[in-house]
Amino acid sequence: MAQRSGVSILQRFEALPIIIVFVLLLLLFMYRAPEVFLAPYIYTTFLSTLPPLILLAAGLTFVIGAGEIDLSFPSIIAFSGFVFAVLFKEYDLGWLAVVAGLASGILVGFLNGLIIAKVGIPSFMTTLGTQFFWAGMATVLSGGKSYALRGAEESSVWRWIVGRPFAGSTDIVWLQQLSIQALWTAIIVGFLWLILTRHRFGEHALFIGDSNDVSRVVGIDVDREKIKVFTLMGFLAACAAIILTLENKNFFGNQGQGYLLTAIASVLIGGTSIFGGRATILGTVFGCFIIGMVEAGLVASGLTGAWVRTVQGLIFLVSIIFYLYADEPQRRRALFANLRSLGKFGAIRTSEEGGVRR
Amino acid sequence: MARLAADPRRPPDGCKSRRWINAGCRFPCGIFSGKSQCGSSCAGLTGFRGGNAVTPAGDFASIVRLEGVQKYFGAVHALRDIDLSIGRNEIVGLIGDNGAGKSTLIKVMTGVLEPSSGKIFVREREIQPGEYSVRMAHDLSIETVYQDKSLAEKQPLWRNFFVGRQITNRFGFIDIKREKEIAQKILIDVIGFRGVGITVDSTVANLSGGERQGIAIGRAMHYNADLIVLDEPTAALGVAEVRKVVEFVRRIKQSGRACIYIEHNLAHVHEVADRLVVLDRGRVVSEIFPKDMTVPELTEYLIALQHDA
Repeated sequence: MAQRSGVSILQRFEALPIIIVFVLLLLLFMYRAPEVFLAPYIYTTFLSTLPPLILLAAGLTFVIGAGEIDLSFPSIIAFSGFVFAVLFKEYDLGWLAVVAGLASGILVGFLNGLIIAKVGIPSFMTTLGTQFFWAGMATVLSGGKSYALRGAEESSVWRWIVGRPFAGSTDIVWLQQLSIQALWTAIIVGFLWLILTRHRFGEHALFIGDSNDVSRVVGIDVDREKIKVFTLMGFLAACAAIILTLENKNFFGNQGQGYLLTAIASVLIGGTSIFGGRATILGTVFGCFIIGMVEAGLVASGLTGAWVRTVQGLIFLVSIIFYLYADEPQRRRALFANLRSLGKFGAIRTSEEGGVRR
Repeated sequence: MARLAADPRRPPDGCKSRRWINAGCRFPCGIFSGKSQCGSSCAGLTGFRGGNAVTPAGDFASIVRLEGVQKYFGAVHALRDIDLSIGRNEIVGLIGDNGAGKSTLIKVMTGVLEPSSGKIFVREREIQPGEYSVRMAHDLSIETVYQDKSLAEKQPLWRNFFVGRQITNRFGFIDIKREKEIAQKILIDVIGFRGVGITVDSTVANLSGGERQGIAIGRAMHYNADLIVLDEPTAALGVAEVRKVVEFVRRIKQSGRACIYIEHNLAHVHEVADRLVVLDRGRVVSEIFPKDMTVPELTEYLIALQHDA
């Protein structure tokens, strides 16, 4: 009675399908472009470039799991990045600039949550609006300028947040290139995984995503938890902004724009439900790996960069359709029933109908 | 209540004898199993009541009392001058047409909605406006089973049992192992799901309507509520499962608790209620004792009420 128990393989092994897809893709790319994917450098590059995407996607996992959406994080990256960059460069505030950058992200996220929970505007509309507002603020305040953080690698901020801890101490080139933000990201994401699966807050977020009504009658303070979810998203977007700015040693106004679709795609590819109520951090991380790997892999396999978006979009759609049917028993049953009737088209079908009548 | 509980002709369903009362057990047993399982299961139950739910019997006549409660939704006057008191061991049937305000009334009573004005007393203690919440109602041993929104569809049963009052350490991390153990006990002992392929990891989406009511009712029983509010618990159920719910309402009475029972089917509510409260367009229009009126008379009365308008 495995089916009756309602514990699907998806639930028993978190993110299993996406991990399998990841491994298959990796093998495919190793076969197609061995000189790239069998050497360590592509992986050390991933470790330095993927952390912002992973942090954003991890935050979005909470947001989407709670049945909401946040479109404003690219502008949080712009705004927090600006706050950080200007304080770091113009005022030479060092770690205080980091704190201010994080605080600005938390503030923007908190305001998003406040508008969504207390005013009651759907998150899609709210964050579409705040996306324009904060991106505009960043442009106005920076005067459209970019800030080059030349010499940043001399500072302790740079060394601790995006440094290369093994740079001077070894002869192995790929080890020298290992970047420390991968470690911070792993710690943060591990902690978020714990929160989502075993903390009251994570459980509340998923129940809210399931149904606001049910959550209210079981005693969850829905408004407060939503505000917390968006505040968390703001904080993580600010972390991504600071890492991104320091890694590039440059701030520019639209540095977050490329992340909107890739971050959302990573979350949904990972297996978090578009309808809310079910979310997986582990799946999201592998979703990010796939999104990042496809880009490098396609180019290394000899396709032009123009293909990257096409293939990413295709993976995105296929995975959403897959999860839709894997997730929802009634849709899956309807699909299988359709397939069966297709297979038995003709004479057998009529006899089946006869059987029902009997 | 005393008459019912002591009446040897009415042994609690699922129990072959009155042993479950003698064992000091307030829990009806196995509402979904036909067999007796009282001796062992109920003895086990007292161990996991949860500390928040046990309220010593004090000196009060009513468990919940409303005085002059009004509720507006914008311009809509949903509840008008509600004065209503629920006795400590009383089954109150709440009836009235769609839109009469039944659901709003119980939402106000259980802390989901705040009344626009008026007073709420729980065990004769006045609740301060703005202070009342679902969580507080839980702490005051008031549990609600809603028709279709007591359980979150995509979540496993064990999370549904404990959400809103999780067993956590002081950092808020859930003790998953313990929650699952207790959920397993509720599933087997209180609700009586045996051999039907349902585990604590099953998601609610895979359960039938009757099973869902069983889970929600079992949860209310586990938290040892003094007042259980049932909001149309039989609306989506088959005949056999409706019987089980009606039996459960009887057991609420026998175990010394109070119950508010919202029901469309007059025959069901007439059968179990001590008192029927009729709501019409936000007002309590009459209180009827089932012994004074038969079901057909009651039906006539309600129809007449609609035509008077």
